[in-house]
Parts: sequence; structure tokens; C-alpha cells
Amino acid sequence: MRYIRPLSIEDAVGQLAGSAGISAILAGGSDLLVRMKGGFIEPDLIIDIKSIAGLSEIRETADGFSIGAAVPCAVLGEQAALKKAWPGVVEAAKLIGSKQVQGRCTIVGNLCNASPAADSVPALVAAGARAVIAGPAGKRTVAVEAVPIAPGKTSLAKGEIIEAILLDSQAPRSGDAYLRFIPRTEMDIAVVSAGVNLTIDAHGVVTAARVALGAAAPTVLLVEEAAEALIGRKLDEAALERLAKVCAGACRPIDDKRGTIDFRRKVAGVLARRAALTAYARAGGK
Amino acid sequence: MNFDPRFSGRKFTSVGTRPVRPDGVDKVTGRARYGADFNMAGQLVGRVLRSPHAHAIIRKIDTSKAEKLPGVKAVITAKDLPDLTDGDAGMYDILDNCMARTKALYDGHAVAAVAAVDARTARQALKLIEVDYEILPHVTDVDLAMEHRAPLINDAIFTEGLEEKPVKPSNVTKRSQFGHGDVHQGFGHADFIVERSFKTEQTHQGYIEPHACVANVSSDGTADLWVCTQGHFVYRQHCAQLLGMEASKLRVTSSEIGGGFGGKTHVWAEPVALALSRKAGRPVKLVMTRDEVFRASGPTSATSIDVKIGARKDGTITAAQATLRYSAGPYAGSWAEIGAMTAFACYKLDNVETVGYEVLVNRPKTAAYRAPSAPMAAFAVESAVDELAKQIGIDPVDFRIKNAAQEGTRSSYGPVYGPIGIGPTLEAAKNHPHMKAKLGKNQGRGMACGFWFNFGGQTCVDLNIGMDGSVSLAVGTVDVGGSRASLSLVAAEELGIDYSQLKAIVADTSSLGYNDMTDGSRGTFSSSMATISAARNAIKILRERAAQMWDIAVDDVVWEQGHAVAKGDKHGNLGKLSLKEIALQSGKTGGPIAGHSELVADGAGVSFATHICDIEVDPETGSTRVIRYTVVQDAGKAVHPTYVEGQYQGGAAQGIGWALNEEYIYGKDGRLQNAGFLDYRIPVCSDLPMIDTQILEIPNPNHPYGVRGVGETSIVPPLAAIANAVSNAAGVRMTHIPMSPPRILAAIEAERGE
Repeated sequence: MRYIRPLSIEDAVGQLAGSAGISAILAGGSDLLVRMKGGFIEPDLIIDIKSIAGLSEIRETADGFSIGAAVPCAVLGEQAALKKAWPGVVEAAKLIGSKQVQGRCTIVGNLCNASPAADSVPALVAAGARAVIAGPAGKRTVAVEAVPIAPGKTSLAKGEIIEAILLDSQAPRSGDAYLRFIPRTEMDIAVVSAGVNLTIDAHGVVTAARVALGAAAPTVLLVEEAAEALIGRKLDEAALERLAKVCAGACRPIDDKRGTIDFRRKVAGVLARRAALTAYARAGGK
Repeated sequence: MNFDPRFSGRKFTSVGTRPVRPDGVDKVTGRARYGADFNMAGQLVGRVLRSPHAHAIIRKIDTSKAEKLPGVKAVITAKDLPDLTDGDAGMYDILDNCMARTKALYDGHAVAAVAAVDARTARQALKLIEVDYEILPHVTDVDLAMEHRAPLINDAIFTEGLEEKPVKPSNVTKRSQFGHGDVHQGFGHADFIVERSFKTEQTHQGYIEPHACVANVSSDGTADLWVCTQGHFVYRQHCAQLLGMEASKLRVTSSEIGGGFGGKTHVWAEPVALALSRKAGRPVKLVMTRDEVFRASGPTSATSIDVKIGARKDGTITAAQATLRYSAGPYAGSWAEIGAMTAFACYKLDNVETVGYEVLVNRPKTAAYRAPSAPMAAFAVESAVDELAKQIGIDPVDFRIKNAAQEGTRSSYGPVYGPIGIGPTLEAAKNHPHMKAKLGKNQGRGMACGFWFNFGGQTCVDLNIGMDGSVSLAVGTVDVGGSRASLSLVAAEELGIDYSQLKAIVADTSSLGYNDMTDGSRGTFSSSMATISAARNAIKILRERAAQMWDIAVDDVVWEQGHAVAKGDKHGNLGKLSLKEIALQSGKTGGPIAGHSELVADGAGVSFATHICDIEVDPETGSTRVIRYTVVQDAGKAVHPTYVEGQYQGGAAQGIGWALNEEYIYGKDGRLQNAGFLDYRIPVCSDLPMIDTQILEIPNPNHPYGVRGVGETSIVPPLAAIANAVSNAAGVRMTHIPMSPPRILAAIEAERGE
């Protein structure tokens, strides 16, 4: 096994593109090391990206925020402007694992692990986040929901590395929220989860919305019909009921050790409804 | 030995205080040595190959490729652990469980093992071992295993305890029955009858420290074993027997223990490590991974229990009946029998009958788990008792008080009780402020009682007085719950010296006589009895030495508050001699001063507890939150009250996990789906409220200080107390443990008719 720590993204991409066998990107290592210890993966090459310039920074840009691929989730919670603009994204990132894990893990790692239960991903999808991908052919930017394609699989081509996540400045009168269901209070993996991001007008009518569900299908779901259930209405009981029903219907969950199909469907609706209420309040809705 | 163990009613100086624990600093600084912290020069890494099948014949094991891998020093299979058990069926089961002989009986059953120079090589070697399995149909559910068409796990098993010897083999190894009176007549006198069936899923003790040991077999045939265990003397016996050694040639040293709860009363890895070391000619360290701990060690039984209880309008129980089916894993056990004994032990009953069935399943061999078998029986019985109280329209605490067993009651399992604490714990619970606290929306309160026998057993202690007057205490019961602190307090009390003058250790098997293991809540009960006896023997010598120093008759010397005192007017001017003063002169007065004690600690007082808890249920998700929890339990005498409270809280915490989320989940393929702490959900800190405790002290007449065991009873009531609380909060009777959110939500919706 070879371990390298490149100083530039170009070098990292070159090493990755030229590697044979199994290679892995190391940022926080909170997934990789666990999988190595469990004997699930024996990489031939490990590329540690933490020394690449800029990858450990959160930058405020004219359009919003750029979160480097090596920024630990705990740091997101210390960035006041980010927290104010995207509280749902930050609260999702700060639910991953435990306090100790949050000191290491990253949202890009969470995304690239491609688990349908990843906590930060539904919140990022709801927020309309995009991923900046560096590769042998140069850089490209894609919607976050385009990255995972199946449990454990991403759309990244050979040699490609996600270097940052972009979040726009939050529109006025907007709010986002993320909720997950776990049987415990912490240190657990979502049985099902929901992220909601919405914008309202001066009268409290929803003008834009994005609703995403986690652990409800092989990949995180962006449920457009759920957004439509909210747009053009105040968050009245009928809208919430419709939202819950649409979300329950949109799920394609499985029965497994963490929950049943029936339970996940029902709770997906409950969480979407509760997250929508929080997002609405954060947007200034009453 | 003329030691008088009867309760003396003395006043205490040291016992009942709360000094700092002697093992605390090393534990918080990481200096304490646990099982995996022992190392030897040249030691190899041992790893075990485990069956991925729930039930399969082992046709052939080819280890040749693994043996050829550079760095591999030994590969063993069942052939390297030949059967030396000489018709001892229990030992044969232990042997077969350590290394499968002809069949793999559960997912995780050991089939081979390697010792190699490093972990990587050992892992590679495991992959090179070829096992030819013939997969058999399997059964993991306790009820399904009892059906006639169920796959047979052992065709040599015929149900014991039936009136006629059965002609066909069965997965039911034994039927046992307890009780007295006539339940049919009793139900005839009942105005109300509750009859229900309950299930509990299998749980693991969940100790944080995995099984770990270092084995070193020397070329002269003697051996050392360093191991994390609850009973190093028992491990020595079992390992010596399985490896064909004389017990005295195997020295076993116990490490600090990161939790046992009954799960470290059984050998799994140790005979394997010894066999590897014997074959490799080098020390071998074997540490189980968490996955292996779940798949192959522990767990407790899964159960299926039917309960029927009848009562008159005035709240008198007229009859009580239960049928209890407990899974034993693939080997015979007595788990249902214990459940059948404990089920109704809290109550005074004229007509009671319990029947237990031990059931074989393709799961790991059931091991003891803190008051083994009692929590499940209590869950079923106390749920039915609660429901019956509701039907009659009587307060559940008053209903229990009315029917509680008392001194002189003939227990449901046979013996007549001496002074017991069930009534007092119920009265204390009734008067506890918790009972009167207001409940919020979606919250419910539940309470339940629990019983445990407690155990005494063989015990041996050495008390050595140094030349400087400090005292070392060597005990043979592994300290799992603070016994070194408690035993130091007892020795200080008896000798009349300060706690700080004492140091207690757990001696290895070559340094002390045989001790039963720390189980059955016996550690402090039995070793304190032996410590008192040893201290009294030492005091006898101290008095003799003082008499010699004064040149007076020993009968004129008494021991008072750590000093020899010459009694009688004629010795009025002699003053006192302290323990230290006598010790300083010991070289000139006859040599070292020590007290020894070997005894069987009889008369462990039975123990009772009553728990109260408040639970909030989210009716939309089935999620639960424990709002408040109170434990009331009889300790006989709390030697170190902080430790006693810790035992009460620990049992409640484990019970909360068991009640709400913990369970073994098997796939259709018979493989364990959740062999890790991520999906086997023990509670984390934030899941629990501060658990309130109240210690009652109803002295045990069979112990000089009145001590009873306290470690286990605290896990008996929680399943039932929480089930009663959840049922009250959700408005539907919960009958399946754990009450995980999907089960609660499904029950709520079924009740609503959705």
C-alpha cells in the first residue's frame, strides 16, 4: 500500500488517474479507515488531500460559499455566516457520527461514500448545492444529486476528485432544515431523513422549494412533486398533509435491520412535514 | 473453621463510607491493564476462522495452503483439541463451541484458527483455509424451533423432564416445572383473569472490552494465561481439562475487566489460544473483534412466554401460571428453568405453576447475562400484573403490595423466605416523589418489581500484614463492580484501621486457593465474608503477639479499634499496642502475621427491587424518550454506597437498552445482520436521564454485616417497568421486546385501526 500527500489538486488528479489497482482518497478518513479496519477494502494507493492548498478552507464568494473537500464538519458549525445562511446544511453535517467523528469527517467524503443514508446529502440537495470536480480533462461543476448513482457508487470518472462544494447565497426570506430519524439520540445512521429548503414572499406564500429524502431509496431523492405541494401556498395543514403524503409515496425504501418499508414511508412524511415547518419559520413565515 | 457468619448488628466505622476507588487513577490515566494490554516477547497474533453458515456439516478442512504462507506458525482445527472430556456433556459442549468438530451450529462458530507473526499475515492465512461445508436447513426462532418439522440441531437430544421418555429427538432439551397449589381451582375463584403472550429478542451483554488473552505454553508443558475474565479459577479448570493439563500447571492471571455481566464466565478464545501456543511453541495473543464478540460470544436467550393470572375483586391473586420458552443456542442449558423459578418469586401465591422449555436454535451458545433469565420472565409477569390491576381498578403499586411475598412466604420456586425486601421496596416506591410527579403530553408512567436469588459459593482470601503495619488483601473473585474498594472497607472495619492502610489485589490462580467466579452477585457478599474471617484469624495472631510482647496470657488481650488492649485491672498500666507496633516487632515475635480464610459462603440473601419510570412516546414515529427513572432496591448493607448506586444505575441502563432497542437481527440466511454497536443499539449517554436510586438495607441474617448481593437484581424490573410506561403512554399494551420505534408505531396504528 502506498500513501501520498500531494500539494496540488493537479498532482492529486495525475496520481489518481495514473494509478493501477484500488485507490482511495483520504480526507477525514472516517469512512475509509473503518472500511480498511473491517477488511472491506485494501487500497493499493491512498491519496491524502489535506495538504492541497485551499482544500481545508471555507471561502465566502460573491455568489455564496465554497467549502473545500478537506474541511471537517465541525468547522462548518464555527462559520457564522454559513450557519446563518444555511442552518439546515450545517445541522445535517453536525449530525454525522459523533463529536469526535465530526472533527474529522467532511461533507465531500459523506457525498462520495454514496450511502443513501448520508446525513449531509439531503440537506445539500435541498439547498441546491453543486460539486466542483477536478479531473484529467479539467474542471466541471455538477449538482450534488448527480454524484451518487447507487449505494457505494458515484458518477466520478477515473482520476476525478471533488475539490469543493458550492452553496449559493441564500435568497431573502428563505430557510432550510434537515431532520433524520434514529432510534437513539446520537451516534447513529439515519433510518430515514428529510431536507427542506424554501423561499416565501411577503405574505408567507411559498415561492420556491426543494425537498430531499435520505435512506428512502438507493440514492438520496430530490422529490419535485413534494416541492410542488408547497409552492404557491402558505404552509397550511392541507399543504403539509399533501407534502407528507407525496414524500411517503416517493420513497422506494427497503426492509432491513434499521427499519421497515412501512415505517420509513410513514416517517419520511412526518419528517418532511416537521422540517418544512422549521424551514418556514427560519424563512420568517408565521 | 469456627467462623460465625450470622448477622451481628454491629455499628460501622468504615463500612458505609464512600472512599475513592483504589483502581480509579490507573483506569482514568490509561495505565490499568485490560485483557489486550498484556504482551510478551515473540508473541504471535491469533485469529479465528468462523462459519458463515448457520448450520452446516464440516466435510473437510484443508489448511495446507495456510500452513505454507510465510509467517504462519500454527494452524489448528478440532483435531488439535481432541476430546478429553471423558463423558462430561457440559464440557464437551464447551469444547465443541470453542472449535466446531463435525458441524457448524451457528453463524460465527469457530472452525479453525491460525497464529502468525502479524495480524495481516494471520488474516491472509484465514483466507487460505478451505472448508468444505454441506449446508443444512437452520432455525433461529425459539417458537419455530419447537415445531415438529423444525430442522433438528442435535439428533442425540431427547427432551428431559417428561413423564415418558420421548421416542423422537427434539430441539427441546428439557422441560422443568415449579409451583404449588392447584392453579385450575385458583382460576375458578378469580373474578378477573389476564392471559397474554409475550416475546423478547436476544440481547448481548454489550461489555465494551472484547474477549482478549495471551497464552504461553512452555516446552515443559506448563503454561500461563493472561485473560479478561470473571473467573480465572474456572477458566483454569476448563482450559486445563480441555487441553489435558493438570490445573496446577496452568497459571491464570485475570486482567482488569471492561465489563462482563455474565458474558465472561465462559471460555471461547482461551483454549484456542493455548492450543495455538502449544503448537507454535510461542506466546499467542488472541483478541476478538467486535464482530466476533457479537457472533460468537454472549448472548442471552430469546424468549416466548405465556402468562395467565387471576384475581378476586378485592385484589387478591388466586392463581398464576406461566409457560416459558428460552433459546439456549445449539447446546443444552437451564435458562428456561431459571426463568420458571424467578417468574412469580415476588408474590405470595396459593396456586402457582410455571413450566419452562429449553430450546435449541442455530444461534451462539447462550451465556449468563446479569440475573440470567429473570428479566424476560419479569417482563411477562409484571406486564400481566399491571394489566390485571387496571382491570380490577386498583392502583398497580397497591395491587403488588397486597400480594407481595413476606418473611415466611413459600416462594413460587420452593424455599420459604426469610426477611426480604419486596414489601419495603414497594412501600418506598409508593412514597417516592417520583410517583406523584406530573406527566406531560404523550408521557406514561410504569413500575415493576424484580427478584434475584444471589449466590455465595467457594471463596478464599489471604490477608497479609506487612512489617510496616500496612495490610495487603489478596482475593480470588475478579473485581467487576468495585469489590476491591468494598473488601478493603470490610478489612479496615474488622481490623479497626484506616482504609488507606490497605491495598487489595486479585491474586492469580497459583497464589490462592480456588474461588468460584464473580457471578450470581457473589463477589462482595462471599469475599467480604472470607475477608472478615481472614481478618479475625489475623487478629487472633495479633493478640497472641501482643500477649507475648507484654508477657501476659493471650486471653487477657482483646482487640479494640485497631489496637491490642490488655483487659483486667492487673494490666491497667500496659496501655495499648497498635497493629503497626505489633507488626514492627513481628520478626522477633514469631514471624509474618497473616490471616487466611477458606469457606463456602452460604445463605446469600435473596434480593428484590422496584423500579419506576416515565417514558414519552412520539405517536407519529414511535420514538421513545426516558424522562425519569428511579430504582429502589434492598442491599442488605451497602458496603460502599457509591458502588451500590452504580450497580443500580448500570442494571437500569442495560435494561433500558434491552427494552427499547437492543436485539439480535437474523437474516433469512441465518446470519447475524447487526454484529456491531452501530446497529446493535445500546444506549448512549444522551439517551438516558440521571437514574435516581434509593438504597434500602434489610440485613441478610446470614452475613456478619448483613450484606446481600446487589449487582444483578437491578436489571430484572426494567423491561417490565418500561413496557408498562410505554403501554400507558401509547395507549396500547406492548408485548414484544425491544419496543423499537417501528414496533411501537405499528402497535399504535393497529390500535387506531389503521
